[in-house]
Amino acid sequence: MNGLLILLIIVLLGVAAWQLSKIFSLTQIGMAKGDSTIANDKDNNINGYLMFAFVGFIYIFTIYSFIKWGSFVLDTPASEHGKDYDNLMNISWIIIFTVQTLTQFLLHYFAFKYRGKEGQKALYYADNNKLEAIWTIIPVIVLAVLILYGLYTWNQIMYVDEDEEVINVELYAKQFSWEARYAGDDNTLGKANVRYIKDVNTLGVDMSDRASQDDKVVTEIHLPVGKKVHFRMRSQDVLHSAYMPHFRAQMNCVPGMVTEFAFIPTITTADMRNMPGMVKKVDGINKIRAKKSVELAAQGKPALEPYTFDYLLLCNKICGASHFNMQLKIVVESEADYKKWLKEQKTLASAIKEANAPKEDPAAVKETPAVAEAVVDTTKAVAKGK
Amino acid sequence: MSHDHGHHKDTFITKYIFSIDHKMIAKQYLISGLLMGIVGVVLSLFFRMQIAWPEESFEIFKIFLGEKMAPGGVMRNDIYLALVTIHGTIMVFFVLTAGLSGTFSNLLIPLQIGARDMASGFMNMLSFWMFFISCVVMIVSLFVESGPASAGWTIYPPLSALEEAIPGSGLGMTLWLVSMAIFIASSLMGSLNYIVTVINLRTEGMTMTRLPLTVWAFFITAIIGVISFPVLFSAALLLIFDRSFGTSFYLSDIFIKGEVLHYQGGSPVLFEHLFWFLGHPEVYIVLLPALGITSEIIATNSRKPIFGYRAMIASIIAIAFLSTIVWGHHMFISGMNPFLGSVFTFTTLLIAIPSAVKAFNYITTLWKGNLQLNPAMLFSIGLVSTFISGGLTGIILGDSTLDINVHDTYFVVAHFHLVMGISALYGFFAGVYHWFPRMFGRMMNKTLGYIHFWVTAVCAYGVFFPMHFIGMAGLPRRYYTNSNFPLFDELADTNVLITMFAIVGAAFQLVFFWNFFYSIFKGKKAPMNPWRSNTLEWTAPVEHMHGNWPGEIPAVHRWPYDYSKPGHDEDFVPQTTPMKEGEVELHH
Repeated sequence: MNGLLILLIIVLLGVAAWQLSKIFSLTQIGMAKGDSTIANDKDNNINGYLMFAFVGFIYIFTIYSFIKWGSFVLDTPASEHGKDYDNLMNISWIIIFTVQTLTQFLLHYFAFKYRGKEGQKALYYADNNKLEAIWTIIPVIVLAVLILYGLYTWNQIMYVDEDEEVINVELYAKQFSWEARYAGDDNTLGKANVRYIKDVNTLGVDMSDRASQDDKVVTEIHLPVGKKVHFRMRSQDVLHSAYMPHFRAQMNCVPGMVTEFAFIPTITTADMRNMPGMVKKVDGINKIRAKKSVELAAQGKPALEPYTFDYLLLCNKICGASHFNMQLKIVVESEADYKKWLKEQKTLASAIKEANAPKEDPAAVKETPAVAEAVVDTTKAVAKGK
Repeated sequence: MSHDHGHHKDTFITKYIFSIDHKMIAKQYLISGLLMGIVGVVLSLFFRMQIAWPEESFEIFKIFLGEKMAPGGVMRNDIYLALVTIHGTIMVFFVLTAGLSGTFSNLLIPLQIGARDMASGFMNMLSFWMFFISCVVMIVSLFVESGPASAGWTIYPPLSALEEAIPGSGLGMTLWLVSMAIFIASSLMGSLNYIVTVINLRTEGMTMTRLPLTVWAFFITAIIGVISFPVLFSAALLLIFDRSFGTSFYLSDIFIKGEVLHYQGGSPVLFEHLFWFLGHPEVYIVLLPALGITSEIIATNSRKPIFGYRAMIASIIAIAFLSTIVWGHHMFISGMNPFLGSVFTFTTLLIAIPSAVKAFNYITTLWKGNLQLNPAMLFSIGLVSTFISGGLTGIILGDSTLDINVHDTYFVVAHFHLVMGISALYGFFAGVYHWFPRMFGRMMNKTLGYIHFWVTAVCAYGVFFPMHFIGMAGLPRRYYTNSNFPLFDELADTNVLITMFAIVGAAFQLVFFWNFFYSIFKGKKAPMNPWRSNTLEWTAPVEHMHGNWPGEIPAVHRWPYDYSKPGHDEDFVPQTTPMKEGEVELHH
């Protein structure tokens, strides 16, 4: 199959090359011999027209892209600041498209319009201070607006008001999985350092810290809708990046330091699933998966599970061989559901106590990467979309 | 060959290998750069194939990657990252820094300012041979047992520092660092030479405001290189210390493979600062020479003066200055203080102003010209097109707020490939087509040049345009496969399309290579000044000679852009033509 494909490409390339050289050589007929290496009027003509066609190509390709791929672009931000983010993004896009459309047109149109002709003389026009001033000042004004708006939004997003009531959650990254820690009833995360990592205490929480006692370590994040969540990121080995595209949120996880990002989720997972755009998207994806499943079945492989939407945390900083498979499920739900879920989670202290309690078969407990397994389970759960 | 300036006989070795002649060194850079380019592009096709058809078995992988890197023809996931890393390194440093700047700075600085050679021919030779050694070391690193460096071309520690984190961070990374250290030494020797030559060896009448924009671009580029490359060198040195001598410049609190490492107190963010202090100016080290080349070619082939000569120089200087104070825009979400994010957003978006000036000036130069659309001119216009398309999305990435959600996605890949990768490559090609007669005394075939340009132009947009969309869908870069995320299933077809465009585009570069090597030996003999250009390099004899000009070095009487000047019969007035009585010189 591959071989055939490559062969087909080579054949097509050959045909294309032959066709093109034919076109160009046809245009040479009747031209004076001897200047075959320098552009002559026919070359200028044909390439001038091609330049004009090329701006058409850019426009058509742009429009085609929007029709064909426009639906890929993330829409409906699921966080409070996401609306401002998308606003700023849209304004930037309007400016970009205006400038792109105009300048590409001028560039290619001039290349076509002023294509060389024997005997034509160019205009000796070397300078115009007024023009230069115009296209310095216009970008200055446009950029000033963008910078001011951008910085305003940036400050809104990045500075967390200390007095505000927030839910403190720690995101913990390692090769190649995520964990999270909830601060518990005191809403204060206990101290932690990789040097405390031992058995079930995979995050290296300092259990001698009073604030650590009620901390809960989980492998799936639940967030109440409409409440500000203050994430603190840590990494135990290399750089990772906690990327939550639907919330327009991202922050690197840096070994040796704690980084932060805070946002307010605004749409529950259930509501997001029911958004018309999302329903359509998921339908499309499931059609693709069904088709693939048929192919897989023909090869005797198991079919793909149908997909249900869930918010995700992805790793977005190159972190090693399995960088491509580092995810964590995020559930946004009503405050009541969130509280119920959190209550069901065990505190780390009790987990440690349990692990240390004498067991009938101590070998089974010893150094089992319990969390890693749990993460794999989460991944499966996402695929299943329970 | 005998001539006035040669006081010694050339042997094969002194002429072709350890030459101190800047023209020969330029050719050596060009050919090494092109060969490295082939490696870089082929590697990119390999990983593009993996993204398009994940975990499929390919015969071609069995042949080129072997059983170890691609068991059963399926690429290993860490090897995928290794290919991405080496592709980036080779393209940025070896092709677009050394290949582009090395070739044209060497060829054009002495010839266009009217000098017999570089200020130090010996240092120039040393610079090339150190570059060559660094190429060899980098290529050798592809074949080491544990695989080549795999931490991305930005080699962020701790991933690049710890062998436990990825196998490529073992011997492969050591060789990468050795190669880059030698490369930086080479680059610095070259840059110092360029600066000294431009300042000291200009011919009579060649004032700074009569320099062609190519020379201005090379000159400023060399200055940026001298300022920023040493910082990368120190970054690499500290990384070597962390890797080999147990220091903790970049590392702290690390638990890996079930063990706590001893490192304490360092920060990877420090490395990011040091790296990008070079890394961002590097973008302009790559781009400015290409823009200089374009300025020269667009003016010559429009048969018009470049519009706003002084504004062009000012914008080169402005870009160079700003380029050294914007590195933090690569680090908005690195965990550095958000206040720094504000500062870097401000300085970064300022760069759009001189860039806009340049783009508008190019467009205005075309206006009412008499455009000679030969391949060099097409690539120059193509450069302006991709520079605009790629540059505009910089408004999004340079804005700290908007960067949050597109950082490290395919959106970034699309942006920088268009604005610096493709643009600089176009500048490179334009330069080769334009100065090929000057280098080899023969002409390249224009029909093949046209085919090369048009297919490349379509494929370049075909590859990078769709990437904006998959990036805006939140698809992270450097993923071995996207199939673990059902969310990204709908992007799979687009990735296939991108790979197809990449394969076709790459295949058509063979047209260029064939044209290039065929024309060296069999091309039509070039006239002295084929493009009817004003600059000094075209007043030197076609046959190369030490010292460039037999007899006196020509004196210069005017700026290089007197094309179609009223009062002259020809549509070009070489810089060596004295001013007529009563003729007004612009700008002086």
